[in-house]
Amino acid sequence: MTDRRRLPWGVLAVVAALAVPAVGSRFYTFLATDVAILALFATSLNLLLGYTGLVSFGHAAYFGVGAYTTGLLMKQLAVPFLLALPAAGVLAAVFALVFGFFCVRLTKIYFAMLTLAFAQIVWAICFKWNDVTGGEQGMPDIPYPDLAWMERLPWAGSLRTSDHYYLVVVVIVALALWILRRIVESPFGRILTTIRENPERAEFIGVNVRRHELVAFVLAGAFAGLAGGLFGIFNRGVFPDFVYWAKSSEVLIMTILGGMGHFYGPAVGALVLLVLNQQITSYTEYWPFVLGTILIVLLFVFPGGIVGALAVGARRLRRSARA
Amino acid sequence: MPDLSFLFGQALSGLTAAMFLFLIASGLSLIFGVLRVLNFAHGSFYMLGAYIAYQFVRWFATTPGRFWIATVAAALGVALLGAVVERVLLRHLYGREELYQLLFTYALVLILSDAAKVIWGTGQLSVSRPPALEGAVRIFGTKVPYYNLFILLLGPAIALVFWLVLHRTRAGRFIRAAALDREMLGALGVNVSLLYTGVFMLGSFLAGLGGALVTPVKTIVPGMDVEIIVEAFIVVVIGGLGSFWGTFLGALIYGQVLSFGILVFPRFSIFSVFALMAVVLILRPWGLLGRPLQT
Repeated sequence: MTDRRRLPWGVLAVVAALAVPAVGSRFYTFLATDVAILALFATSLNLLLGYTGLVSFGHAAYFGVGAYTTGLLMKQLAVPFLLALPAAGVLAAVFALVFGFFCVRLTKIYFAMLTLAFAQIVWAICFKWNDVTGGEQGMPDIPYPDLAWMERLPWAGSLRTSDHYYLVVVVIVALALWILRRIVESPFGRILTTIRENPERAEFIGVNVRRHELVAFVLAGAFAGLAGGLFGIFNRGVFPDFVYWAKSSEVLIMTILGGMGHFYGPAVGALVLLVLNQQITSYTEYWPFVLGTILIVLLFVFPGGIVGALAVGARRLRRSARA
Repeated sequence: MPDLSFLFGQALSGLTAAMFLFLIASGLSLIFGVLRVLNFAHGSFYMLGAYIAYQFVRWFATTPGRFWIATVAAALGVALLGAVVERVLLRHLYGREELYQLLFTYALVLILSDAAKVIWGTGQLSVSRPPALEGAVRIFGTKVPYYNLFILLLGPAIALVFWLVLHRTRAGRFIRAAALDREMLGALGVNVSLLYTGVFMLGSFLAGLGGALVTPVKTIVPGMDVEIIVEAFIVVVIGGLGSFWGTFLGALIYGQVLSFGILVFPRFSIFSVFALMAVVLILRPWGLLGRPLQT
């Protein structure tokens, strides 16, 4: 038992994240916002992938629905951020409920195919419905939320609006991750893990597998929607790309890269992948090629992802230290 | 009430689309039925088939019958690529969780789509119809290109050959047996590993063939890989994954629903297919002619 020495990693990470605008340049704040939002997106996917054992290939659908919801509300109807953001979660959850209703009836492979098919349908709608979504051109110029009150804060007063927004993002993402953590550690979360390990046995002991899977799907969709809502504002626009299969694959790869066996694995994956992306896209436009190669190496060499590999390494170290 | 000749034209165009979809989806379904691997890269193989056909048409620009040379070359080239992928990489993942196999084929999608962009660029490419099949014939007042007629005949012909191979040859018996119980087949002395490679090649061959044959009617663009794989998924979900006739039926239904759905929702014709898929999934989650998956 090494609890004595365990550090409150989550709190440290939030404090470090909050310090980024004060320490780093504008670019670092930009990157950190991206990482924070996608960490939430990837963690929401991991609720399905790592905890429930459901392989969703269309998680971007809910991210996109969230982004369009918040974007539309804030840009066209001037709804305040405090209402527009939760709306993203709610609407994404509604979509997840409708699609999930069909998806959870299917077993693994069918499930994966169907989530992809639904996501592509959402994409097709966003791409073609010019009157509402702006179609192919997307929806540019989404306003920042009104954060003027932050200027009165003693330590944040001198920062730019984008920095203010970043601080808001960190707080919201931290809260969302905390809630997700509570969810996976709750009895409900344990049942999800049981379902992942053995759906038949879960059924035998009286668990309604489908309903639990559906609830997990809706929750994952809701948090993906929140991430999407945050991302649309950060990106200053919402585009059909948000819903495209490439987005779904990116978040899936983040999750696997970080390690889906650990709660913070996806967040680590988001961090590593986005930093890599920043580095590599300055050399080549063929990022998907690199992404695919990374994925193949991962599958063959580190199936547990970064956190998985680190955990194995740490265990070995500890064992050799004890010996 | 639209006039009959218009309806006939819609039905025929739906039927043509169905034949292409059948070619693609049947390979996907075959690979799944035997290897239990859902090949996301199947659409990428289709796309490569189209690009390779384009390349050969360019190379043999003056040779008569260049379209047919290109079609055969594309199908064989893609089959070869499939064999390499299966033997070098995919087979090491058979014992692993489904997720890893899915992700592997997903990685292939990413890599192949960029590889195609590097080689052929991002512009739209097209191939003209083979000279022998230029022109059109009027049936019930609708102009039907000869090439579409050819596809309409080729689809059922390939289905028939495919069925005969599966049900009347020794290799076909092995394939069907492998779909049911691979350990037993191996115990009986059949080289299952080679059989897997063969099946993966055959499936890839069909994808490449579909890609090559579609070039005279569709422009070749990046992104056609994902478009077709989603359509093929819907077809096999409707028909039943791993079911031969299910795939055929699924493709037929998909084609008709899509081409008449356009009349109901002009801009969102995919909706009608989606509604159909939802109905099928409620009534028969494993598809119209499929069987529930055994775990």
